[in-house]
Amino acid sequence: MASRNVVATSPGADAAEQTSARIEISGLTKRFLTPAGEVFTALQGVSFTVEPGQFCAVVGPTGCGKSTTLSMVSGLDRPSEGSVKVGGREVDGITDGVSFMFQTDALLPWKTVLGNVLMGPIFRGVPKQRAQSSARDWLRRVGLAGFEDRYPHQLSGGMRKRVAMAAALINEPKILIMDEPFGALDVQTKAIMSTELLSLWEQIRPSVIFITHDLDEAVALADRVVVMTSTPGSVKAVFDIDLPRPRGSVQEIRFQPRFIELQHQIWDTLREEVERAYALTAGGTE
Amino acid sequence: MSTASTAASVSTRDGGKSAGGGKSSGAAAAQRAARRRVASVWAGRVGLAVFVIGGWQAFTTWGIVDPFFFGQPSGIWKRLLDLFEHGTQFGSFYANIWTTIQEALAGFVVGALAGVVFGIVLGQSRYLSDVLGPYIKMVNAIPRIVLGSIFIVAFGIGVTPKILLAAVLVFFIVFFNAFQGVREVDRNVLANVRVLGASRLQINRHVIVPSALTWIIASLHSAFGFAIVGALVGEVLGAQSGLGLVIKTAQNNFDPNGVFASMLVISVIVFGAEWLIGKLEHRLLSWRPPAPSETNVL
Repeated sequence: MASRNVVATSPGADAAEQTSARIEISGLTKRFLTPAGEVFTALQGVSFTVEPGQFCAVVGPTGCGKSTTLSMVSGLDRPSEGSVKVGGREVDGITDGVSFMFQTDALLPWKTVLGNVLMGPIFRGVPKQRAQSSARDWLRRVGLAGFEDRYPHQLSGGMRKRVAMAAALINEPKILIMDEPFGALDVQTKAIMSTELLSLWEQIRPSVIFITHDLDEAVALADRVVVMTSTPGSVKAVFDIDLPRPRGSVQEIRFQPRFIELQHQIWDTLREEVERAYALTAGGTE
Repeated sequence: MSTASTAASVSTRDGGKSAGGGKSSGAAAAQRAARRRVASVWAGRVGLAVFVIGGWQAFTTWGIVDPFFFGQPSGIWKRLLDLFEHGTQFGSFYANIWTTIQEALAGFVVGALAGVVFGIVLGQSRYLSDVLGPYIKMVNAIPRIVLGSIFIVAFGIGVTPKILLAAVLVFFIVFFNAFQGVREVDRNVLANVRVLGASRLQINRHVIVPSALTWIIASLHSAFGFAIVGALVGEVLGAQSGLGLVIKTAQNNFDPNGVFASMLVISVIVFGAEWLIGKLEHRLLSWRPPAPSETNVL
């Protein structure tokens, strides 16, 4: 399995398939009208590229427009200027083959675990029988076999995240967008979930954009870390993470000297942005 | 070594047993306490009813309160039996009850359906809600019960004006709740299903309607009461049959017992409807976690 992935990521292999998962963000600018009638620039000329099958983490201070960037990649929102291209085609409307994982629960409380995971295939018109067997299969993969008939409120936070993960991956997306998916979890659960995410990602290998506050998490998971500036958000620096894959346990990798080195490098860049953002909000929210 | 381990295991087993015994006796005590509480609550309920009805009966019997104006529990009961046995001057009492139930039910269904449809459509369309919003608020502000007179003039004294009046009253309650329910749909959930590729119809079916249902069902409880009010007021304004007519006639004959007897019947009807709506709620919203207030309900 791992060896096949290595072949697949090398250039030339199945080129058409790969370019369709390439995300090019260029000159992305987003302005909002505040309730007071002023123009607020959330993003200013953001450009970066995510190669097919690459795991890209975006870090930056609170309110730097990370989530806004994601909603434009998924097609939920339109840029004021600039463009997002997925597989060479400009995004207008919901991008095909994208799955989204949110920080808060996006599960439907009135559907069972199985019903929630089923949604992706059902919306795509997959026959119910097939959708069900693949949903059961994905629930097994995230370690929730036997919980099919529970309702979300009957599960723990970590289990709900697993359901969300199965629901996001069941369509075998080309692109997986994650907006601080594990932000609300406790540290141990977060580490376990990150490790599981990595192993599932290695199975279907979508391009990932992963937003986080947590620099450790970013370095441990990603191939590329994009550091954003505080308001208006723009790209400050891009770091390529050359830690070998498969990375295995996210908790263990933190002790490798190369990890610490990279973490320091990126933190030096990030720190002044965080401090600036903190000064702006005067230590306000979050 | 081996003896020590067996001793240890024995002692833990003993410990387990005694702990288990303690727990079960604790549980029994808790059950007893709960039963005592239930008994005392029921005693309080029955006591209050006896106090109020008995007081009423006593005051009217002693002549402190005039039963001619305020009725008398025993008189109400006699009048009620009389109504069921001998009927009214406009057909049997059952037929009159049935007329009112029909009107209220039809009005309830029409009003609730219209309210749900309008609420869900307007809740999703910013444009429509901006255009219609002020008018809906204006119509909501006028005393709609007066529309009954217009309906009677326009549609005669049959069942139609009563159904319309009940429907209008029900509509606004259900509409505002459905509208709010749609507005309260979680933004993340919506974004999630859109990214998953749901069509407009699928979003409605899987997300918006189930989400608004919590609000809609909550509104149905009070809505049925309003449907009955609409039907009754319509009947009082002009009818050939129905409980409203029975009440109006009793009023004209200075028969407070007849009014109270009809009131009693109406409250039984509303109770029954409430119970059915509760059943429906339980069925449709079975996915909800039990609310802390519900778990305490007896």
